[in-house]
Amino acid sequence: MRTIALVAGAVFKESVRDRVPYSMVAFAVLLIAASYLISQLTAGQDLKIIKDLGLAAISWFGLLIAIFIGIGLVSKEVERRSVFALLSKPLTRGQFILGKYAGLVFTLVVNLSAMTVAFAVVLAYMDAVALPEVRAGWPAPALDPRLLTGVLLTVAELMIVTALALFFSTFSSPLLSALLTFGLWVAGHFNQDLRNFEAVLDVPVMVWLARGLYYLLPNLAPFNVRAEVAHGVDVPTGDVLLTLAYAAVYIAVLLVASIAVFRRRDFK
Amino acid sequence: MPAIEIEELSKDFLTGFWRPRPYRALDRLTLSVDEGEVFGFLGPNGAGKSTTLKLLMQLLYPTSGSARILGRPVGDLAVKQRIGFLPENPYFYDHLTAEELLTYFARLFGLRGAEVAARVGRVLDDVGLGAERRLRLRQYSKGMIQRVGLAQALLNEPDVVFLDEPMSGLDPLGRRHVRQLMLRLRDRGATVFFSSHILSDAESLCSRVGILAQGRLVASGRLSEILAFELRGWDVVVAHLSDELRARLAAHARTITALSHGRYTIELPPEASPEAFLRELADGGAQVVSLNPLRETLEDYFVQSVGAATARETGL
Repeated sequence: MRTIALVAGAVFKESVRDRVPYSMVAFAVLLIAASYLISQLTAGQDLKIIKDLGLAAISWFGLLIAIFIGIGLVSKEVERRSVFALLSKPLTRGQFILGKYAGLVFTLVVNLSAMTVAFAVVLAYMDAVALPEVRAGWPAPALDPRLLTGVLLTVAELMIVTALALFFSTFSSPLLSALLTFGLWVAGHFNQDLRNFEAVLDVPVMVWLARGLYYLLPNLAPFNVRAEVAHGVDVPTGDVLLTLAYAAVYIAVLLVASIAVFRRRDFK
Repeated sequence: MPAIEIEELSKDFLTGFWRPRPYRALDRLTLSVDEGEVFGFLGPNGAGKSTTLKLLMQLLYPTSGSARILGRPVGDLAVKQRIGFLPENPYFYDHLTAEELLTYFARLFGLRGAEVAARVGRVLDDVGLGAERRLRLRQYSKGMIQRVGLAQALLNEPDVVFLDEPMSGLDPLGRRHVRQLMLRLRDRGATVFFSSHILSDAESLCSRVGILAQGRLVASGRLSEILAFELRGWDVVVAHLSDELRARLAAHARTITALSHGRYTIELPPEASPEAFLRELADGGAQVVSLNPLRETLEDYFVQSVGAATARETGL
């Protein structure tokens, strides 16, 4: 466990040195600027729009971090041969993979936490300056705890994306890993359509293929509850727990697959 | 107990995209290195030296055969705890300083607290990087990176050290420093297994060598066993050699070759008497600059054995 934590710490340090936290600053500036503009252009709807925008921005910035760091986590080490000295130390290839994953997830959580705090500050400011009659018209309070459910599920979704990027990074180039990960992220949001493919095409082979892909590809649509929480709609706790459990299983499978691939690799 | 045991170790790589074919990089290598030995693993580029080292570090998996370090299979965590490895042309995280990198590695070895800083400081001083410890590695020269590589290989005070081309990228001073480091390791009782194509390093450091060519071990043993060390002649450098004396000496010299500044190098057969020859030179008014016996060197042996292996392979 200590070894995994050491590798994770090194990943976090590298992300800090590579100025990844700058994304948080960019996020805060974007959100504050957008809030100002939106409050000038809309009447009454500005809070909902800010909530939508804030949650979407957290998700997009997180996605950028997950993909662009994730794809280089292993392949960069192999290409630059830094893995040679590291793997001669007392750590297994499995610990290396788990440490890399844990490090990037920690980086993500720190970044997303900071973005969430910036988001909360903007919402608190809007709450403070809003007139009582405007506030009365809001379907949900500005600092609605349901927003945290949205952020939590975004973190879980990005943990799956990170595991995907890491998996591809164990055997392919950074560019191919980025394309595959982004492709699967897009496909993951339309995965539900594959389940009901027979409604579109009545060819048994294609239907079975679509059904197989449905189970193989990540199902990311349930992680997107941004519209619901922005509008103050409750997300059932059972659904949230089921989605988190799905994420845990999918991530575990991807990590096992990543370790299996990486264990067999020759480093020429 | 041998420190390193390699048995019938082979490695094939697949080459070609459409119809991959196996290319044998290492062919049934069998070798044993005793504890406390400095073993030189020699061979031209592409002979399979780095492949062997990567197999020993389990960075590559063998096609067949096996290897053990300190009596345990390679890749065993208990083995990794007791070995050091310097890869060829090493690369390390360049966003870190040397001190940060070594601290990270020291913790992977299980060192904690004040021991980490003390050990890191000591090895950085040992490799001559004490003053640059807080510079980011991206600001380091190639030679400095090589020193960092040596430092990380010595961090855990290893019982067996594997060095892949340790002199690569170093200036003459750096090479001397590394030679001294290796001798200190030997004096401490550590086993040193190093690959090189610089034969003078092997001659001055090794108790035994193995010579690899085209993936095969063509010779292995003590330098005194490999090299006959028998006298092959004499090399005399002289100045102020008159034409008349040169003509007279030509009768019993193998070759007389003109050098710069009016000097000549004269090669005599082994049966020649150097004393009589020196007298003759003095009587003829020549001045002796140097006199050296010619013996077989590792380089001669290397050229012969590698050349023979190449000829066998190519059928020339």
